[in-house]
Amino acid sequence: MTPTRKKRLILVLMVALGVSVAVAIFLTAFRDNIMFFKSPTEVAAQDYPENRNFRLGGMVKDGSMSRIPNSLKVQFVVTDFAEEVKVEFEGILPDLFREGQGVVTIGKMRNDDLFVAEEVLAKHDENYMPPEVADALEAAKKQQSNYGNYKQEESE
Amino acid sequence: MLASIGQFLLILSFVVATVLMLVPMAGYFKNNDSMMRTARPLSYLLFAITLACFLILVSLFVMQDFSVTYVWQHSSLELPLRYRITATWGAHEGSVLMWVTVQALWIAAVAKYSRSLTLSQVSRVLSVLGIIATGFIAFVLFASNPFEITNPAPLDGRDLNPLLQDFGMIIHPPLLYFGYVGLSVAFALAVSALIGGQIDEKWIRWSRRWTNIAWAFLTIGIVLGSWWAYYELGWGGWWFWDPVENASFLPWLAGTALIHVQAVSERKNAFRGWTVLLAIIAFSLCVLGTFLVRSGSITSVHSFAADPFRGIFILVLLGIYAGGALTLYALRVNQLRSKDAINLESRETMLLANSVIFITSTFTILLGTLFPMIFEAFGKKISVGEPYFGLMFFLLMIPMAVLLPLGAQMKWHKDQFSAAVRQLMPHFFIAAALTVVTYWLVGGMNVRATAGVFGGLWIVSTSIAQVVKFPGKLNAGFVGMTVAHLGVGLFLFAMSMTEHKDIEKDVLLMPGQTTQVAGYDFTFNGVKQVKIENYQAQQGSILVSQNGQEIVELNPQKRFYPKQQQPMTEADIYPMVMRDIYVSMGEQITDDGGWAVRIYIKPMIRWMWFGALMMMAGAVIALFSKRSKRQEHQQVNQVMQERLEIS
Repeated sequence: MTPTRKKRLILVLMVALGVSVAVAIFLTAFRDNIMFFKSPTEVAAQDYPENRNFRLGGMVKDGSMSRIPNSLKVQFVVTDFAEEVKVEFEGILPDLFREGQGVVTIGKMRNDDLFVAEEVLAKHDENYMPPEVADALEAAKKQQSNYGNYKQEESE
Repeated sequence: MLASIGQFLLILSFVVATVLMLVPMAGYFKNNDSMMRTARPLSYLLFAITLACFLILVSLFVMQDFSVTYVWQHSSLELPLRYRITATWGAHEGSVLMWVTVQALWIAAVAKYSRSLTLSQVSRVLSVLGIIATGFIAFVLFASNPFEITNPAPLDGRDLNPLLQDFGMIIHPPLLYFGYVGLSVAFALAVSALIGGQIDEKWIRWSRRWTNIAWAFLTIGIVLGSWWAYYELGWGGWWFWDPVENASFLPWLAGTALIHVQAVSERKNAFRGWTVLLAIIAFSLCVLGTFLVRSGSITSVHSFAADPFRGIFILVLLGIYAGGALTLYALRVNQLRSKDAINLESRETMLLANSVIFITSTFTILLGTLFPMIFEAFGKKISVGEPYFGLMFFLLMIPMAVLLPLGAQMKWHKDQFSAAVRQLMPHFFIAAALTVVTYWLVGGMNVRATAGVFGGLWIVSTSIAQVVKFPGKLNAGFVGMTVAHLGVGLFLFAMSMTEHKDIEKDVLLMPGQTTQVAGYDFTFNGVKQVKIENYQAQQGSILVSQNGQEIVELNPQKRFYPKQQQPMTEADIYPMVMRDIYVSMGEQITDDGGWAVRIYIKPMIRWMWFGALMMMAGAVIALFSKRSKRQEHQQVNQVMQERLEIS
């Protein structure tokens, strides 16, 4: 093997090694760091990652918000009008957080019945509905009406 | 009336841009001088028309002409004059018109400052820029016309989004657009070189200057965006890895790779194909970013109105520009083969490594930005956020920080790694020692912060040493490079501090109550109602003191804009040399005046932005490089000759 060829071979091997390390890191980082979006219906069906953060989105149920005295803790209910999830959050809520409006929260489930949020997002634009939330509401509505049709057929 | 003139001028600009796209290019292929000579006058004309168009839209806002749909949607009778002006580019239609105007300004600038190019080169470049301008003017005209009329006109407008009623809105978008659109010049130069089938040094040197200017604008545009988000969004973050931020960051990364590779291809007949490809990639990413922002296909805090038709329009433009350029590239790449050999152990190799690192980063971030869309197609909803981007970027910046001083140390043409490493060794220990001192001073750091601090110190130390060692080399190119690299070091150091040593505390404060954060006492003295311009606010009074010594009174506000029925948090910040004290108010929690207050201590955040500004300054300084390249070229030839003789 001539010195030039040897040099080239080393270069190619180094590049190949570099690329495979990069791909491995990329895949690991990707697997560990993406976040799934779940609707209340999916959470009710236990379809959510355990012990890991995910995004829960829907509407803040009217009249569901309550504060825990002498703290920044709040509790509210996120609904897609089919299922509901109780959410707890400690901190400052965004300006556009309101009952009856769309919201996305990031956190984990505790004991299957409480979503502990680390972050609450409401959009800057009050007319804006997060697309995921809009889709989730749509899906829940469809499911419900299917269920309704099914019931109707049954009674007929 | 005025709106109709605007509409007419918009159509006229479309016609002029189309002529600019066709005539000089046809002249080039027919070898017709008089056709090619139309390129410059057409460019000036295009700029004059689009500028008039833009100014008409501004005057429509100033005069509150609510018969224009775009005006009433984004302005109101109470809106102060300065925000009526900035409202022009506060939403989609106007911001695309600004894009077009800036594009025409760049075209006119290229027409003006291209004396050193031959007529055939100039006509090709301006024609290619004409293609881009035509596409975007068509986009304004057919998909986002700001001059549309509402009949009958409403009596009052809907007002501008309160977040945009701010100083940052005045300067951030225009500067960012200058950078964004400026990369189209690099793109046009690359494409017209491909059409001509050859690239010489003069061509690259010339395009390098334009790339530098565009890159400098892009840098300051991004910095201003970060600064604006920091104080205006109210929650103290400076970078969110939001798709829209990524949309500006991607061309910046590709542009960084481009300006470094240009340093090689300007000197040698090498990496020229790669230079051309990077220029194509950088501008294509600008268009892709525009697509991401405007189509609404990705969830983002920058809620531009989503319209699928606009998305498809931009996607088609992207297909034409990127697809056309890449096809041309594939056809012509053989003619761009490097003629000069490159030694493995040389600065050239290091600059190549730089571009590989930056392009890898570009695609890593691009993947993270696009993955939610890909998953969506398979019916799964995911989001990719800070954890992914933060980790990937950290990993990719390690080789960057390690190799940067080595690249700056290595000589052109031929050097030895071992010699360069030996030269740099003392600085490794200096940086390590200073990292230990920093660790001790700030009281512990995590892995990422330690790595960032070390990387920053390593770059700063070696950059200073090079200035000291080669005072004779103080030409603009060298100074520009060193200033930019010092900026990188400073940025890394300060960013590690800001990100990992900040303190955040959300507290419930009753009037008169004091809380302590990082050795500072914060006393809450209640809120009072104030009415300013077009909003009302509950303004808090928070006294900051240290050891009983008063430092400052901060007055964060919770604003309410009656027109839009929208509340907004306005933080108050006390910037100090080494840290910012940042206070913002959430909402009133208890009936007896207790408020949720967020207190932030942000160390070195100003230094971080200053580091980025140094990078920009470096790019600007490098523009004044007058060094004779001929002498150096002779030297290269000599080295090559020796190599030939040896082998």
